[in-house]
Amino acid sequence: MDRDVIIQIEKADSFYGTKQILKNITLNIYAKAVTSLMGPSGCGKSTLIRCLNRMNDLVPRFRLEGKILYKGLDLYSRDVDITDLRREIGMVFQKPNPFPKSIYENVAYGIRIQGVTNGEFIDGIVEESLKKAALWEEVKDRLHESALSLSGGQQQRICIARALAVKPQVILFDEPCSALDPMATAKIEELITELKKNYTIIVVTHNTAQAARVSDFTAFLYLGDLIEVGPTGKIFTVPQDKRTEEYLTGKFG
Amino acid sequence: MSKRKLDKRMDSVFKAVGLAVTLFGLLVLAALLIDVVMDGYQRISWDFFTSYPSRKPEQAGILSAWVGTLWIMLTTALLAIPLGVGSGIYLEEYARRNKLTDFIEINIANLAGVPSVIYGILGLGLFIRLMHLDRSVLAGGLILALLILPVIILTTREALRAVPSSIREASYALGATQWQTIRHQVLPAGFGNILTGIILAMSRAIGETAPLITIGALTYIPFLPANPVAFSPESPYIHLSAQGFLDPFTVLPIQIFNWVSRPQKGFLTDAAAGIIVLLTITLLMNGAAIFLRYKNQKRW
Ligand SMILES: Nc1ncnc2c1ncn2[C@@H]1O[C@H](COP(=O)(O)OP(=O)(O)OP(=O)(O)O)[C@@H](O)[C@H]1O
Ligand SMILES: [Mg+2]
Repeated sequence: MDRDVIIQIEKADSFYGTKQILKNITLNIYAKAVTSLMGPSGCGKSTLIRCLNRMNDLVPRFRLEGKILYKGLDLYSRDVDITDLRREIGMVFQKPNPFPKSIYENVAYGIRIQGVTNGEFIDGIVEESLKKAALWEEVKDRLHESALSLSGGQQQRICIARALAVKPQVILFDEPCSALDPMATAKIEELITELKKNYTIIVVTHNTAQAARVSDFTAFLYLGDLIEVGPTGKIFTVPQDKRTEEYLTGKFG
Repeated sequence: MSKRKLDKRMDSVFKAVGLAVTLFGLLVLAALLIDVVMDGYQRISWDFFTSYPSRKPEQAGILSAWVGTLWIMLTTALLAIPLGVGSGIYLEEYARRNKLTDFIEINIANLAGVPSVIYGILGLGLFIRLMHLDRSVLAGGLILALLILPVIILTTREALRAVPSSIREASYALGATQWQTIRHQVLPAGFGNILTGIILAMSRAIGETAPLITIGALTYIPFLPANPVAFSPESPYIHLSAQGFLDPFTVLPIQIFNWVSRPQKGFLTDAAAGIIVLLTITLLMNGAAIFLRYKNQKRW
């Protein structure tokens, strides 16, 4: 199957201060597919996806060398409006982090800050986003209760709905299930599979089984190096590198 | 004895001493409170709040003192809250860390510890001699505002720092600007703690006497600062006036101080009654602060 490349990472090196984290990463991300990033703790998975929505800009001593292209445009060029960029490339974090506000306000926030004030329009977006996040039925009667009153799994789906509300093209998931129980995890995985019809998805995960279940492509990182990348089926059945194989069979990580 | 055992013993000794010291403090406080209340309660009456000071102890009241305290607190709040919270936000969220901001930071922390009388002397030189504000509400409010400014800046910064970075990241990840993130997420999340800090600072200011005496605030004021709002039967019906800020004033602690230093016994009763009023206000403010702090205890 032919697929469009939406993000190209070209020879990316990244540093916190003088400490190099990512080493010469070259990686293509395909549109409307799920790409998972695997690797042992501390290998730089979070650093890599946080480069894609420029979240690392918030870290004072962070530095990136090399290029990251989004739809052919350099993400780090001066002309890029970082707030526009972050709307196009949304993010869901490891620990559910809803705002300490109502369910409704959590989802509405992203469009409210764009200056949208039309109540009906916002209502519509909130409903649509919660439906896409498979949460509408559970919360439609309590939209104005605090989002913090929800369970962990529901909170994570609020965070997904919140990201969807600003109509992104790409959604980055940084270990979205690591704070959730198996039931909630299954729900999120199902949701990711559903979402990939319309969105490009990148999932960081520690869980090899999860990568196998949800992703079309898998990249394996080790100590800041991209060891190998390819269709998930191929990586899991015939890994080319010994380190990938060892990681997949649980020898380390 | 093994080190472990010794540590354990030290632990219990320390606990006992700590408890004794705390109890002692509480007892002394209780004794003082009871003494004051016994002395002053019979003087507390409607008249006491609606009378000006007088040469006759049984006719003297705290009208000009509590109205003055209100005026001073209002002025202090109007000056110190926007400045203090604003500086706190700037220093915590916007300012780059460099030698200059480090220097400012250290000095703000130091200022918070400067004795209040020093602020009085500063005020005397700056606001009275140089700016000719006289012994006005404005001068008093300016001094107390300076006095509590460092505390408000510090508590604002602490409150902002306590807002978890996950909230900020969530906001940025949705395309919010820095100001939007601060305005819509960080400030509301830190609001309770900021308010707590403000109330505690104000309750410190309300009891301050030294700096106001330094600028020569009067102790005998048989009138009130001009009303800021007046009504008339004809157009324009409502008159606003800032004259009150330039009028002389007295405040509760000064009135109390004055009465305590008088020889007649009756004034001691008046002083005790004034102390009851002042203590009630401070206790209420501190209570509100504690309540807020308790209510704001972490939801994330
Ligand atoms: N803000 C930072 N400042 C300095 N070093 C950092 C910072 N964030 C991460 N690091 C370092 O970068 C390296 C990679 O971290 P990163 O969070 O990308 O790893 P990860 O693969 O996501 O690990 P995990 O699976 O534990 O989340 C680690 O050694 C970490 O200590
Ligand atoms: Mg990580």
